[in-house]
Parts: sequence; C-alpha cells; structure tokens
Amino acid sequence: MTTISSNGYKTGSNLERVLAAGHFAVTAELGPPKSHDAEVVRKKAALLRGCADAVNITDNQTAIVRMSSIAAGVIASQEGLEPIIQMTCRDRNRLAMQADLLGAAALGIRNVLCLSGDHQSFGNHPFAKNVHDIDSLQLVQMVKILRDEGKFQCGDEIKGGGPRFFIGAAANPFGDPFEFRPFRLAKKTAAGTDFIQTQLIYDMDRFREFMKRVVDMGLHEKVYILAGVGPLKSSGAARYMRDQVPGMMVSDTYIERMEAVVRDIPKEDKKARAAAWRDAGIKICVEQIQQLREIKGVAGIHIMAIEWEEAVRQIVEGAGLMPRPVIEG
Amino acid sequence: MIVAEQKPLAKVKEMLEGYQKVLVVGCGTCVTVCLAGGEKEVGIMASSLRMATRLDGRSVAMDEVTVQRQCEWEYIDPLRERLANYDAILSLGCGVGVQTLAERFPGKRVLPALNTKFMGLPVEQGVWEERCQACGDCILDLTGGICPIARCSKQLLNGPCGGSQNGKCEVSKETACAWQLIWERMSALGMLERLMQVQPPKDWRTSRDGGPRRIIRDDLRLPERYEE
Repeated sequence: MTTISSNGYKTGSNLERVLAAGHFAVTAELGPPKSHDAEVVRKKAALLRGCADAVNITDNQTAIVRMSSIAAGVIASQEGLEPIIQMTCRDRNRLAMQADLLGAAALGIRNVLCLSGDHQSFGNHPFAKNVHDIDSLQLVQMVKILRDEGKFQCGDEIKGGGPRFFIGAAANPFGDPFEFRPFRLAKKTAAGTDFIQTQLIYDMDRFREFMKRVVDMGLHEKVYILAGVGPLKSSGAARYMRDQVPGMMVSDTYIERMEAVVRDIPKEDKKARAAAWRDAGIKICVEQIQQLREIKGVAGIHIMAIEWEEAVRQIVEGAGLMPRPVIEG
Repeated sequence: MIVAEQKPLAKVKEMLEGYQKVLVVGCGTCVTVCLAGGEKEVGIMASSLRMATRLDGRSVAMDEVTVQRQCEWEYIDPLRERLANYDAILSLGCGVGVQTLAERFPGKRVLPALNTKFMGLPVEQGVWEERCQACGDCILDLTGGICPIARCSKQLLNGPCGGSQNGKCEVSKETACAWQLIWERMSALGMLERLMQVQPPKDWRTSRDGGPRRIIRDDLRLPERYEE
C-alpha cells in the first residue's frame, strides 16, 4: 500500500504544503490527448515543469472523450509534475468514483478536484446517458469521508485506512444567481473542500465583489481560493466567450484591447495578427494576476491555457512568480 | 398528467405493414387532455392511415374505439369480444395503456402509435413541460416546490452549477435553470437558509433501475389476494 507521511498535513501534497506555508500558489492545466499517446502528455508536462505547484489533469473535458485523468496524471507525475486529477459526476456513479479514487491514491495521486462536469450535449457523445448519481458537493463529502473517516460512502471501513486527497472544488463567480454564489462556496467549504479554483476571470469588478462577500463571510480563512485566469487568444475568442459560453462574463475592456492590437495589421497577415494577439493575451493575463494578488482572500492563481501550455511559463515569469517554492519535510 | 405525442405517420404505417384489420384504440384520460390519443386523434389517425395505405395500393380496414382509461383492466375488458375481428391493435394510449392491452390480450399484436414523453403540464396552449420523473422520494419540500430531478439537466441537489446564467440552463437558452427558480422561490418565501444545508446523496432505490416499482396497500387488497 502507498503510505504518505502526513507531518501534520491533510495529505502532504506539494500544493497543500505551498498553500500552508503561505505562498501565493500557482496551478496550471494539462488536457490529456484524444488518444493513447503518452508522448503528448510528456511534451505538455515538459512545458509546465517548474512553473506550477500542481497541475490539473482534466476529466473528459467539455464531455469529449480523452485519455483518463488518472492515467495522464500518473504520466505527468513521472515527468515531475504534481497532478490534481479532475473528477466529474457525469460519467461515473459512486462505486466507480470510489474505485478510481483508491486506484489514484495507489498510484501516488494526492489532489482531486470535484466537479459536476459539462453536460454531455456539449461533447462528442451527445447521445450518451449521463450519470449524476451524486453531485459535486456530495463528491467532496465522499472524498472527505474516505480520507478523514477511513470509510466508504456507505459506512464500510476501508482496510488500512482511507486514501488521502487534498480536496478541490470549483466556484463560478460569474454564474447566476450571483447572490447565491458565495453561499454555494460556503456549502462547498462546509462539505469539506480544501481548495477552490474559480472559473476564468475576465470581469475583475464582479470578481472583486464576489471576493468581498466571500471575505465578509470568513470563507477565505477556511478554504484556499485560487483565482482562475487564462490568456485570451484573440478578440474573436474573447467575444465568443462573452456571448456563447454559459457562465462566463468578459469585460469589454479586454475585447477592445485585443481588437486594438491588430488594428494596424492587415487581415491577410495572419501570422502577425496571431503574434500580436498572443503577446496581448499574455500581457493582460500578467496584469490580471497582479490585480488578483491585491485582492484579499486570493491564495493563488489557476492558469487555464489549454492547448497553449507554452504560455504558462511566460505568464508565471511575467507575474514574478518564478521560481516556485520548494517546501521540505 | 402523462404527456405523449404521436409518432410520425410513416412510422406508424410501417408498423402496420402486413396487417389487414386494425382496431385503433384511444384513451379518454391523459392523452385526451394532451391532445395526442383521444377520440378525436383516433379519428384523424385512422383516416390518415386509411388514406396513406390506400395510396400504397393496400386496403386496411381500420375501426376506432376510445376507452375511458386504457390503463385499467375494467375499461379494456369490454373490447375482448370484438378482438377476434382484428389482427392488430394500434394503441393511442401512453406506454402504460399499450402494455395493459398487451398484457390483457396476449394473443393479439399491440402496437404503439404514441411516444410517451413525460409527466407534466401545459404551460401554455400547445406547449407541455415536464415536472416529475417519479423518483419515488419527493423532495419538493426542500426546493420550494420546484423539482431539480426533473428540471435540472444534471439533477443537482446542491445547485446551481456554474453554467447557470441569466436564469437559463447551460444546455439551452430555451431551458430555465431549475436552481435559479428554486433560489427565487425560496428567496420570496424567506427560506434561503434552507438552501444552505448540504443535501446528502440521493437514495435512488426508489427510482429507476430496480425493475418495475410496486406499491402494495394491504388496507385496500381483497382478502382472496392474501391467499395467493
């Protein structure tokens, strides 16, 4: 059995150690391939190595079938990353989830992010039946029962003790009803969440208001909140997120800035436009991180640069967050 | 009520391939109210099939009858004596009606003309919407009378998910977010603190996947049934 020395930590994962030591944490994201090609994971892992305290491995993201998050997470850890495996309630019932959690722990994984999961109608198997046996809050509770009580959800004892996971959950300050969002975060905290990663932030005013309410409720003292950021790829992508993606808000300022940087570049010069957008996207992201560091209650950032993992190093460097701390013990 | 809609005529016609004498059976209860399988719809369905089969050069005799409730033996038993005249029954009842006929008249081919959709209500003329999935363990007391099992795309008990925006579900702009509605209702009732309780995982044993569910009420059973 895999044993983990806790030394007073809940799990002793690197992410937990960095947060517990009071450092401003950095997590990133690695999307597994739509194939069984381990090399893809290794290449992405190389881009992220040293830039993040832990890296989310997505679980059939946007309901598109990909290499399993646990398998990709193990490959990522072989490459020197600490994985946070994402687990959605869409594809598995409570039996399969607990089985996979035991397996993940046996393979050395120590962080899990509990999600409802994007609806299957957005993915490549819209005809599939979803599961939703339990929801994301109940998944958090289940992982906590495994860890803290050494029991399965049904109450049966786990021989040799339960798997120890640092428990993550998501929060979306841009979903409605806005007034309820801090309270839902409180519910997730009460359920046993150790860290929160938020939806991508492109509306700083709304996020500030959200955090104000969260801090007023004292939640920032009970759960580590990592603010979600990601570099915009183009003005079109920004508009698409504003208009088409449910639960997202994008301030016009960002769209205008992305439009402005290509104003003097002819449409035919696609290469130059893409380069200008890339630079601007990264610059905006770095500025956002600086703004987020000033917001009370923000314990770190979660950088989502899916299929643009190269950007992460530039962003973390640009934000002055390199090198990442190494916590001994 | 149970809400159903008719299968496309071509599909019904295809099912009737090879049959010469068909009894079209409507139902006077739910499917009459949702305008899918009552007396009037039976008439239109039978006429349409007569025309459609005639165009194909076939001649199918089609008689019509609508019983008050297809889902109870006593209402369909009177059909028994007529059945020798037909080689198929086309039911315009819900799935329960079709099965009641098939179970009572096992020697007779019974075909469904409807797709049974859900339990719901007409929200406006010509529009029906689901309200209940018969999960068998009602939680409407917790959610302000709005069911997240039937109305949330993810059946969340601790919603809303991050995809709720402007009152709409992430799955479709046509779909109201059940949890937005729950929030508004509980807010109006001054009962928001109830939403702060983390709802435990649902016991689905009362719901699907356990074979047909039964309710047994001994206070209503007849004495001879006890001895069976």
